[in-house]
Amino acid sequence: MSALEPTTPSAPQRAGWVWRPFALTLPALLLLVAVIGYPLLTIVLRSLSEPQWGMQNYAWFFGAPVNLTVLQRTFTISAWVTLVCVVCAYPYAYLMTAVGPRVRLVLVLCVLIPFWVSGVVRTLSWVILLQDSGVINSLLRSAGFDGIRLIRTQTGVVIGMAQVLLPFMILPLYSVMKGIDLRLMRAAQSLGARPSRAFFTVYLPLSLPGVYAGAIIVFILALGFYITPALLGGPRSTMLSTLVQTQVLSLLQWGRGGAMGVVLLVTTFVLLALAAPVMRSRHRDVGRR
Amino acid sequence: MNPRAQNRGAAIDLDTVSKAYGSFKALDGVSLRIEPGEFMTLLGPSGSGKTTTLNVIAGFTDVTSGKLLVGGNSVVGVPAHKRNIGVVFQHYALFPHMTVGRNVAYPLTLRGIKPDERKARVARALDMVKMGDFAHRYPSELSGGQQQRVALARAIVFDPPLLLMDEPLGALDKKLREWLQLEIKRIHRELGTTFVYVTHDQEEALVLSDRIAVFNRGRIEQVGTGRQLYDEPATLFVGRFIGDSTVLRGKARSDGTSTALTVAGETVSAPRRLNGETSPVMLLRPEKLAIRRPGQDATGTNRLSGTIAEAIYLGSGSKYEVKLADASTAIVRWPLAGESFGLGDKVELCFDGADAKLLPDDSTADTTLT
Repeated sequence: MSALEPTTPSAPQRAGWVWRPFALTLPALLLLVAVIGYPLLTIVLRSLSEPQWGMQNYAWFFGAPVNLTVLQRTFTISAWVTLVCVVCAYPYAYLMTAVGPRVRLVLVLCVLIPFWVSGVVRTLSWVILLQDSGVINSLLRSAGFDGIRLIRTQTGVVIGMAQVLLPFMILPLYSVMKGIDLRLMRAAQSLGARPSRAFFTVYLPLSLPGVYAGAIIVFILALGFYITPALLGGPRSTMLSTLVQTQVLSLLQWGRGGAMGVVLLVTTFVLLALAAPVMRSRHRDVGRR
Repeated sequence: MNPRAQNRGAAIDLDTVSKAYGSFKALDGVSLRIEPGEFMTLLGPSGSGKTTTLNVIAGFTDVTSGKLLVGGNSVVGVPAHKRNIGVVFQHYALFPHMTVGRNVAYPLTLRGIKPDERKARVARALDMVKMGDFAHRYPSELSGGQQQRVALARAIVFDPPLLLMDEPLGALDKKLREWLQLEIKRIHRELGTTFVYVTHDQEEALVLSDRIAVFNRGRIEQVGTGRQLYDEPATLFVGRFIGDSTVLRGKARSDGTSTALTVAGETVSAPRRLNGETSPVMLLRPEKLAIRRPGQDATGTNRLSGTIAEAIYLGSGSKYEVKLADASTAIVRWPLAGESFGLGDKVELCFDGADAKLLPDDSTADTTLT
C-alpha cells in the first residue's frame, strides 16, 4: 500500500466523500423530479391515453401537413435565432475579455438589465420598433429607403427572439474565452501566422466549446418560445408552442398537445445526438492559464 | 563557433534602442551587436530590460527610438509574423487543441510546405529534441520539460536564422534545467543558428553563452564572455551579479600608482588607481581570499580581521561568510584540505592587493539584487 492511500480506519470517511455530494444535491434532485419528471411523465401518458389508449394523437399530428410545416418552421426559426446570437455574441464576449474590470461591469450590466424587464414588456417594445409605422421603418423612409415589412414576419420573430436569448450565448462564450491564453496568439504570430490566420487556427478552435454550449442553450430555449412569436409573428410564422396552446387551451385536446410536446422533445434529442460527435472536443486542456 | 554558423545565423544590431512607457524607460539607449551563430545571453534582474529587448527583436514590442537590424536589414515596423524568427516562451505556449506533431507542423503549414516534406521536417525536429515518439500526444499529456522540448522543436522546424528564448527553463526544477541547458547547447552547435537567450540566472548564463550582456535599469552594463565578466567586471553591479563577491568600502587614498582603503580602522591597498574616482570600492572574488587564525603568518599583503558568521559545506569545498569589523560580509571559498573554522571564530582575511578590483561605487548595485 502506498503512503498516499488512506489507511483502514479512514475507510468510512472515504465512503462519506462519495455520498456527501449526493446528499447535498438531494434538494435539487427532488425539485427536478417534482417540476420536470412528473409533468413530463403526465404529458407522455396523456398523449397516449386521451381520449382513449392508442397512437391516435400521433397519427393526427403526422397526418396533418400544417403540423409538419409548423414543426419544421419551429426548427428553422430556432436555427436562425441561434446563428444571429452567435454572430452578435462572439465579438461582444471577446470584448468583455479584452477590457478592464470597470468597462466589463458595464458590458455585463448591458447584457443582464434586459433580463430584469418582463418578457412581455420587451416584446411589446419590439412591436413598437418593428411595426410598419414604427421607429425602424420611419428611419428607413427618412433616409430615402423603402420601408420593409418586419412585424408579423419570420424576420421580426427572429430579431425579437435573438434579443431575448442573447445573454444565454454571451455568458457561456465569455466564460470559455476568458480562459484562453492570449499568449498563444503571440506564439502563433512568431511562427508566421498573420493575426487573422492566428485567430482562425488558434483562438476560434479554442473558443468553440463556448459556442457549442451557448448554441445548445439558445436553440433549445428558442424551440419552446411562445410569447415573442405570438406577438411579433403572423399566421405564417406560427411556432409549435402556439399550436400547442390552441389545442390545449382552446380545444381542450390535452392528448394532441401532449403528442406535439413529445414530438418536439424527441426531435430535439435526435438533433443533439447527431451534433454531439462534432461538438465533442478532442482535447482535454482548453488552454487555461 | 562552427563553420556553418557563418552561413545560417543572422547578425543582430541594436543601435541606441529605447522603449518608453510613459515616463518609464524600459530600455534606455541599448546598443548591442550579436554575431551570426553566436549564443548571446541577456542577463539581468527582473525589470532590467532584458525581456523588453527580446520582445523588440521578436517584433512584439515597438521601439520608441533607435535602429534594429536583423541579418543586415532594418526590421523596425515589420510585424512579428513577417520576421521569420523562432521564439521559445517560458510558458511553453503550445497549442492545446493540436497534437505535438501538428504543433510542430504549424509553422510549416503556414509556409505552404508540401505534406511529404512537412512530415520529414517535423520528424527531424522532434528527433533533434528527442521527442520523436510523442508526435500523437496532446501537450496536456506531457511534462513541463517535454512540453518545452516540443516548443523548441516548433521554433526551429522552419529553420529561422535567429532563435529567441525567454527564460525557457524558468518553470522547471534544477536537475531537469541543467540537463536541458546541455541539450540547448548541443542544438545550438548542431544548427549554427544565432541564439538570444534571456535569463536572470547567472549560472545558466555562464553554462550556455558565448557572450553575456548584463542588463540593469534599461541599460547594458557590460558585454563579454563569462570569464571576462567574472575576472574583469566593468561595474560594481556586474561584479555583484556574476558570481559571489566581497565588496570593501571605506575611506580611499590614492597616490600615483596605488590605492589604499581604510575599512573600519584597518588599511588595505591595491597596486593600481582609478582615474577621477574619489570613492572607489574593492571587489574580491571568494577564491582570492584566504582565512588565517590571528597572529598566523599570512601569505597576502593585506589583512582584515573578522568573525566566522556562516560555514557552508559545498561538497567540493567550503564557503565561509565572515563578518568584518564594519559589519559587512566577506565570502570566502576554502578548500576542504585547509584548516576548518567554527562559527564565532576570530579570524583574519588575507589577500593579494593585485587580486582586488577597484570599481566606482554604485549604491544601486546592492538594492537591485534583492
